[in-house]
Amino acid sequence: MLSFISQRVVKGVIVLLAIVVLNFFLIRLAPGDPAVVMAGEAGASDQVFVKQLREKFGLDKPLPEQLFIYVKGVVTLDLGFSFRQQAPVAKLIGERLPATLLLTLTAFAISLMLGVLFGTFAARFAGTFLDTAITVFALIFYAMPIFWVALMGILLFSVTMDWLPSFGYETVGANLTGLAHAVDVAKHLIMPAMTLGLFFMATYTRMTRASMLEVKRLDFVKTARAKGLSDAVIQRRHVLRNALLPVVTLAGVHSGTLIGGAVITETVFAWPGIGRLMYDALLQRDYNLLLGVFVICSAMVLIFNLITDLVYRLVDPRIEFAS
Amino acid sequence: MKQFWKSMLRSPSGVIGLVILLLAVSVALFGPMLFPNSPWRMVQRPFLPPFTLSTVPLGTDALGRDVFAGMIFGARVSLLVGLVSTLVALVVGIPIGAMAGYFGGKVDDALMRFTEFFQTIPSFALAIVLVAILQPSIYSIVASIAVVSWPPVARLVRGEVLSLRTREYVQAAVVTGQSNTWIIMREILPNALSPVIVLASLMVATAILLESSLSFLGLGDPNLISWGYMVGAGRTVIRQAWWITVFPGVAILISVLGLNLIGEGLNDALNPRLSREGR
Repeated sequence: MLSFISQRVVKGVIVLLAIVVLNFFLIRLAPGDPAVVMAGEAGASDQVFVKQLREKFGLDKPLPEQLFIYVKGVVTLDLGFSFRQQAPVAKLIGERLPATLLLTLTAFAISLMLGVLFGTFAARFAGTFLDTAITVFALIFYAMPIFWVALMGILLFSVTMDWLPSFGYETVGANLTGLAHAVDVAKHLIMPAMTLGLFFMATYTRMTRASMLEVKRLDFVKTARAKGLSDAVIQRRHVLRNALLPVVTLAGVHSGTLIGGAVITETVFAWPGIGRLMYDALLQRDYNLLLGVFVICSAMVLIFNLITDLVYRLVDPRIEFAS
Repeated sequence: MKQFWKSMLRSPSGVIGLVILLLAVSVALFGPMLFPNSPWRMVQRPFLPPFTLSTVPLGTDALGRDVFAGMIFGARVSLLVGLVSTLVALVVGIPIGAMAGYFGGKVDDALMRFTEFFQTIPSFALAIVLVAILQPSIYSIVASIAVVSWPPVARLVRGEVLSLRTREYVQAAVVTGQSNTWIIMREILPNALSPVIVLASLMVATAILLESSLSFLGLGDPNLISWGYMVGAGRTVIRQAWWITVFPGVAILISVLGLNLIGEGLNDALNPRLSREGR
């Protein structure tokens, strides 16, 4: 188990380094002087700042040396300075990270629970009206762009019914504490988390349904039935556990999409996470900040993938950790 | 081929999907002929609600532009970007997958590490960064969508080629001294195509979603009107004018739904064994 984890961590670090290198070349892909590009539109006119950047990144030195300086900076968590926001990029991201984690993890939990639940139901009642209804709903949610779902949610639940707040993380100026504050944040969280979760819920529903139906006709299920096990036990212990494996894999594959969805969701709901930060960086052409967020997003995906790998091993009845 | 159409037309999702796609394609092709004027032009007072004037059936936006005309012209951009970026992704992904599967060993290792690397990077974030750095245009959008969507193609093709490589007819071709390129192109790939076609139809749908999301964030081609751009522009005035955001979103939903249904229909038609038992 430990060697497996360390192996995966090493692999993840290598991939992350490769992403940092990619980042380095991305900046140089932009038309113009990299120092001016990094400074962003606001900083580009400030000659002192551009000169500082040029010195810091050794932009007059040969390319390999520049790459080394850049990678060294990122490894020591120095993601550069955002001229526009007048703060180090790492600090800006650090402040916003908890909100993004809260949003994405809630959305993930909602989508996985509801998706597996609906998928199981659809498979259990395959061919009936319930199955068709679930399948059709999943298909529709799967085809809706996240930003549009978000706006329709606002239109319905904020503008028309006035049930939920349409933007922000908490009620501004309310100065709530303790439980009242938690409830306030939860109210603000519902719509963004549901929006982000719906698309993935649709995916997990489809996946669970297909994979339940596939596992159901395998030999070991017949054996279980022949042994006289009750239907409920077979469904839960034998079918579901095996059917969940592709779902777990999918969750890992989708972690990148989840982060991408968070950029959109946070933008629409003005949720103060790194996705919104990315959008702000985009609007202001603050490339240093943009690329910093990109590296952190990639790191988050890698960590998430590592976790899903571990979960897969825990769920999969065929793999036992010999300890 | 006849058999294929028969089974495609037998699956309800395939038929609905085909109808939707035909509709979308004809709107994209012929629609702009009915609207000779630029969709950027002001035609009526701003915020004209829908269904009030027959000349402007879906109302106008904050600048008095015709929402319906925008949707018609937007169909062009969405479908074009979806198709072209998928084609580019196929052109990149198929050779990589085919080489990895055919040559195996070190080539396979190297190509698959490369593919996995691109699959690990959060795709939408990478697309945003690429378009922002290359400056938004229809070319940078197509390029960045292709960059983030080729890895599944490569992996799929690799798997198919891997299993076909050991077949006797391929071995026979090797024995008769055919070149590797000839074997891959003539013997292997044609037999590996059906799952690729299914994947491609789903990729067009994803590409349309990606393009609309990029445009929504303000990364669309500034000279072309698109559905995502329209929703993004209507976002700030959603409290006064719901129709500006609702209608283009419905257009995206329907086209993506249509393509996904086609994907299912193709899957039924091309892999009949899987689908019969799956549903």
